[in-house]
Amino acid sequence: MTSVSTEDFTFVADFLRQRSAISIGPGKEYLVESRLTPLARDIGLADLTALIGELRRPFPDPAIRDRVVEAMTTNETSFFRDQHPFDAMRTTLVPQVLERNAGIRRLNIWSAASSTGQELYSIAMLLDTHFPELQNWDVNLMGTDLSTDVLNRARDGRFSALEVNRGLPAPMMVRYFERSGAEYVVDPALRRWCTFTQMNLAEAWPVLPIFDIVFCRNVLIYFEIPIRQKILEKINRTLAPGGHLLLGAAETTLGIVEGYRPVRIGNTVAYRVEA
Amino acid sequence: MKALIIDDSRAMRLLLRRIVKGLGYEVFEAGNGQEALDVIAAGVLPDVALIDWNMPVMNGLEFVSAMRSNQETRSVTLMMVTTESERAQIVRALAAGAHEYLIKPFTEDALASKFELLGLLPVEV
Repeated sequence: MTSVSTEDFTFVADFLRQRSAISIGPGKEYLVESRLTPLARDIGLADLTALIGELRRPFPDPAIRDRVVEAMTTNETSFFRDQHPFDAMRTTLVPQVLERNAGIRRLNIWSAASSTGQELYSIAMLLDTHFPELQNWDVNLMGTDLSTDVLNRARDGRFSALEVNRGLPAPMMVRYFERSGAEYVVDPALRRWCTFTQMNLAEAWPVLPIFDIVFCRNVLIYFEIPIRQKILEKINRTLAPGGHLLLGAAETTLGIVEGYRPVRIGNTVAYRVEA
Repeated sequence: MKALIIDDSRAMRLLLRRIVKGLGYEVFEAGNGQEALDVIAAGVLPDVALIDWNMPVMNGLEFVSAMRSNQETRSVTLMMVTTESERAQIVRALAAGAHEYLIKPFTEDALASKFELLGLLPVEV
């Protein structure tokens, strides 16, 4: 793998900050090398240096520019990642919505950095397994991501054996997946609740529904503080009164924005928008 | 905490040993289901057994059935670790009494995620 020069690394970091507001600090050279070297090869360029050379042109190819942004977006994910946010959903957050929305019978959940769909499908499996009454509700599970590549994979709902090995309990696997060739495909009945849409959290947002629960886990850490602040403020406005935001373990709203109250539920902290 | 690794491949036992030891377990090994029952009869009752499916003498599924039908061993957590990846096979293993199922080849974090699902990771304080 070609190692990235200091100048090239700084250029890529600036480029990403401008294009996606994603912040890559010093020490993340390996991330640039490991993500962009395969992309360079895939596009038919000699190496990483040639790819960065393409980006440095006065008018770089927009397709290459977009693919660099996509490749640098972190896609690390697994089913039921960290488990405890899903425990909080089961024990507390979903039962609260069932009570609060009993009149309108509607549940809206957003996975704000849905990647290849494991988080959203985990939510769908949890709801279907533990809350049979939702069969008569209007359930909307929305996944958004910056990368169209991963969204296409999420929509397909096809996962490799390596992916279903990560975090997916075997009883759920046999209940909700069918084998198709070397892959495992999510049950269509589960997918009826799920939609996936392209969206850049750092840019202007489309009109969104009011959500009862928002997952925005392990994505804010890649943004600089002012951008984090804006995203958290906008999520606050899109959450129903009494709704909850779930962040990654290393993330918090505290000291960044007002309007959320941290609530400890088991091993997780949810951020509640006061009614 | 004790883990019993049951696989006829020495290379696979070594790999699993390294990972499971890293999760804080004392590790025991057996080359097939019968050897594993012998290890248990000799006084090692594991907290978890990691079980290959296709082995000589006694295969993994037979071992699972034997463990689940014995009052003294039925509380042991059983995880299949196998190349058998057909959905029907997973259903069979779960019906026989396996608690989890990991498809080979697997990554280290996938194995750790299964331990987490089963509540088998040491509690952080």
